[in-house]
Amino acid sequence: MTSAAAEPAAVWTVVCRYHDLQPERGVAALIGRVQVALFRTFDGTVYAIGNQDPFTGAYVLSRGIVGSCGEIPTVASPLHKQVFDLRTGTCLDDGTTAAGVYDVRIRDGLVEVMAG
Amino acid sequence: MQDQQRHLVVVGNGMVGQRLVEAVRDRDARRTWQVTVLSEEPRRAYDRVALSSYFDGVAAADLDVVAEGCYDTAGYTLRLDEAVTAIDRAARTVTTSRGAILGYEALVLATGSYPFVPPVPGRDLPGCFVYRTLDDLDAIRAAAQRAAVSTRGRRAGLVVGGGLLGLEAARALRLLGMSPHVVELAPRLMPLQVDEGGGALLREMIENLNVTLHLGTSVASIRRDAGRLLAILANGTELDVDVVVFSAGVRPRDRLARDAGLAVGGRGGVVADDGCRTSDPDIYAIGECASVGGRVYGLVAPGYAMAEVLADRLTGGTASITAADTSTKLKLMGVDVASFGDALAASDGALEVTLSNPVSRSYAKLVVSDDAKTLLGGILVGDASKYTMLRPLVGRPLPGDPVTMIAPAGGGTAVGAGALPGDAQVCSCHAVTKDAICAAITGRGLTGVGGVKAATKAGTGCGSCVPLLKTLLADSGVAVNPALCEHFDVTRAQLFEIVRVSGITTFTELIERHGRGRGCDICKPAVASILASLERGHILDGEQAALQDTNDHFLANIQRNGSYSVVPRIPGGEVTPEKLIVLGEVARDFGLYTKITGGQRIDLLGARVEQLPAIWRRLVDAGFESGHAYGKAVRTVKSCVGSTWCRYGVQDSVALAIELELRYRGIRSPHKIKAGVSGCARECAEARSKDIGVIAADDGWNLYVCGNGGFRPRHADLLLASTDRATLIRTIDRFIMFYIRTADRLQRTASWLQSLDGGLDYLRSVIVDDSLGISGELDAAVARHVERYDDEWAAVLADPERLRRFVSFVNAPGTPDPSIAFVSERGQPRPATLPVPVRALSAEAGGPTLEVV
Ligand code: SRM
Ligand SMILES: Cc1cc2nc3c(=O)[nH]c(=O)nc-3n(C[C@H](O)[C@H](O)[C@H](O)COP(=O)(O)OP(=O)(O)OC[C@H]3O[C@@H](n4cnc5c(N)ncnc54)[C@H](O)[C@@H]3O)c2cc1C
Ligand code: SF4
Ligand code: FES
Repeated sequence: MTSAAAEPAAVWTVVCRYHDLQPERGVAALIGRVQVALFRTFDGTVYAIGNQDPFTGAYVLSRGIVGSCGEIPTVASPLHKQVFDLRTGTCLDDGTTAAGVYDVRIRDGLVEVMAG
Repeated sequence: MQDQQRHLVVVGNGMVGQRLVEAVRDRDARRTWQVTVLSEEPRRAYDRVALSSYFDGVAAADLDVVAEGCYDTAGYTLRLDEAVTAIDRAARTVTTSRGAILGYEALVLATGSYPFVPPVPGRDLPGCFVYRTLDDLDAIRAAAQRAAVSTRGRRAGLVVGGGLLGLEAARALRLLGMSPHVVELAPRLMPLQVDEGGGALLREMIENLNVTLHLGTSVASIRRDAGRLLAILANGTELDVDVVVFSAGVRPRDRLARDAGLAVGGRGGVVADDGCRTSDPDIYAIGECASVGGRVYGLVAPGYAMAEVLADRLTGGTASITAADTSTKLKLMGVDVASFGDALAASDGALEVTLSNPVSRSYAKLVVSDDAKTLLGGILVGDASKYTMLRPLVGRPLPGDPVTMIAPAGGGTAVGAGALPGDAQVCSCHAVTKDAICAAITGRGLTGVGGVKAATKAGTGCGSCVPLLKTLLADSGVAVNPALCEHFDVTRAQLFEIVRVSGITTFTELIERHGRGRGCDICKPAVASILASLERGHILDGEQAALQDTNDHFLANIQRNGSYSVVPRIPGGEVTPEKLIVLGEVARDFGLYTKITGGQRIDLLGARVEQLPAIWRRLVDAGFESGHAYGKAVRTVKSCVGSTWCRYGVQDSVALAIELELRYRGIRSPHKIKAGVSGCARECAEARSKDIGVIAADDGWNLYVCGNGGFRPRHADLLLASTDRATLIRTIDRFIMFYIRTADRLQRTASWLQSLDGGLDYLRSVIVDDSLGISGELDAAVARHVERYDDEWAAVLADPERLRRFVSFVNAPGTPDPSIAFVSERGQPRPATLPVPVRALSAEAGGPTLEVV
């Protein structure tokens, strides 16, 4: 894994196989000290946002229900159900709040996240 | 670029000052004004009316009332924690507490009120507070917490003043764990709003809430005594208390204006004309600090009206204040009280119509004109449900006989929303008329209260008009959208029928054929529950796993810090010593917090996801199974010890409770289902507060249905009397299945019954007399459930594929979540307080500094 300290530029970190991701469900990954929530939506796209629920401070967003709001792919916090845009991490119920977003890519069947 | 921009300075960023800024911003499209707002408080405007909800757990941030982007507007500045200390009218400048001097073309005083504190010796001692700002509330909370540590035994607080705010403060003290006392000079509570009759009932109800009242007396002095405060009342009573909260009325904050030589009213307040202009043509006053037409208003609605008028004037209009509506008062302290219009019948020749009902504990009075044709005001205590309908009728012809209008439901003319004239104000907080609401509903095709709130602002103030908004929606001819959510246009009951009849087994097929999009946290768990009720596979198999709420997904209840709780089933509350020992050992070995629940079983809290399988391995091996505390499912069947032991018991309540719990365990339903069985009419199992309640009689069992504890308590109704065991169980089978088929999502049986056309009689006809001819189907559905029941946890433990999801991190399966930490309290772990992140716009933007509260 990456070393948490003194790594100025973020790097791509392999977190799991694409097949480990269930459609429309999330998982959490620990990258250094950063917790990232990864989701695979119905159409197969993978998104990565911060795992911390900004409303409560708990690291739980990966365990929310994945769905859609209009065209927007979403996850709802499992604690108090605020809905977040998976593409940007922004909260749709409160535009001033966001969970953060991470770059993610799939290479050779592996999911990689840019964080650290 | 504005060449001729003028400077508007607003003193005070309370609810009214903020409303003015937003109204100017809306109207002044050409930005002729540059606006600077000075706020003495360290935070921007918040909902003072809802201040007390802070003690109910509402976050300060949620009380914020500032419209999005308001101070991002060019030329609009808010300066927090900076008060205006002086006005120089000749120079047209103000000086601030930070030493700044600001010039103005127009100056608005929106300084609100300050709490009046009677000159009682000792009123400045630490532990004495007022109740006006969030800072006040923080200070009161801190004092309560200190007292919790220092005071042994019962902590107590004294509220000085028995008006509306005093009672709110008393309730707050109770929420903080103190015994509240209220001292009021008048012989009754809320003397300004309630008459003697209403006051007597109110007193009884408040005393029932364990608030000690001292009426007709006052505080003589307050002293420090043995680390606490000793309050001595004028009648000689001495009270040991930890805090004193003064709530004896408010006074307008007109000091600045007085010092600047502006005219002030006889009872205080900056004198302003019907355009809100003070005796200086460049200075205006609005809100609680203003005296308009010789009156100072202590309510937000007249303040909002002033803000709108002034905004119009500042942007070239000629609006003026008409008689302000002061007829609004409604507060819920667990006790409904409403008082409106000329409540105390002060008008000439006013007549009073009073209806007092000691049984239902309600008191209602209408004040009408001498010809009994026009409504002038009224008071409702105990049951204020008619308030939203009556208040808008003030000053208007009565639609019916006044007596029947306040008669309890069932008798008399119902006052329907249709009786309201179009220009009647439905929402007095935001001055929204019935016409405006109906126009918004039809014009924009609104289908829910949320839409009406967004379009008209109605309902976003004190919230008391929301029931009426619902009625208007229902009456508007536009069918209220019964849709489950944006993805399905049908109700849960309809969806249930679709799934049942079509045999669909996956969410994808269902949404592709009958919905749109990919679902959400509303429809997915609802569909999951329907599929489970219809026995379409293990809830964690295949696609169904993706539909479940986190609780069902991990077969455990999520807690505030992201850990989970474990609640094994203990049918009927009966448990062997061996099993109790196992629970103790598991809790000890995994470091879990242990608590007896209100449902007669034991909750082990604080497990991380990766610990759940190991914990359940031990429990299942010892003969435990899932308690479904996480599911919308049958929870517990509570029992009393019954005839086996109890000297009064007439039937074996424990045996029946266990039988029922095992019969229905695991069944998924629209909401949770609770049951209770008592061994005699003494009802020690509290069966009548349950969805299904069984009480033993000498000659059989009495079955009660549709009771509820929770938010809206309701006693269950008798469905069958003195029935035998077989009929009893068959009837419960049908009751549960009929409920599962027809209820709305998250609708408990109590509100389901209320929404059933025909109520209890209809229910009885369907499940006892089989009027719909579906009993056979209902019976078969339960039989299928009983036959196929399987412990969910045992099934998970037996399946490596399902076990794989029980990890905190996909890339580090063995690593526990480092954010879950515990501290010790009373010898057990409890979650460490989580740091909540600054709620900024976007994690990586980092740039914009928002006002963070
Ligand atoms: C653990 C327990 C409190 C305790 O320590 O005693 C509890 C805890 C919770 N209750 Fe409860 N309730 C518990 C007994 C009750 C009771 C008493 C009873 O069952 O006899 C009631 C009132 C009776 C009733 O339901 O009519 C009760 C009325 C509620 C309500 C309000 C329901 C309503 O109809 O208004 C909720 C909220 C909801 O379900 O929407 C709720 C919701 C909850 C939730 C699930 C809140 C949540 O979503 O996190 C709590 C989580 C439980 C957990 O994590 O384990 N709990 N709750 C009790 C578990 C009993 C059990 O063994 O299963
Ligand atoms: C607990 C509670 C419950 C209430 N419930 C209701 C209710 O149910 N219904 C209802 O209609 N009303 C209710 N009210 C009253 C309502 O809150 C007020 O009518 C309303 O807030 C008045 O708004 P305002 O802007 O005039 O004054 P405020 O909200 O008091 O705002 C004035 C602001 O100006 C600031 N200020 C004062 N002097 C200066 C200065 N020199 N320089 C800078 N800033 C200054 C103050 O610090 C304050 O922040 C309640 C009030 C309280 C405290
Ligand atoms: S309900 Fe009756 S039988 Fe049961 S414990 Fe109470 S008194 Fe005894
Ligand atoms: S009357 Fe207060 S919100 Fe409508």
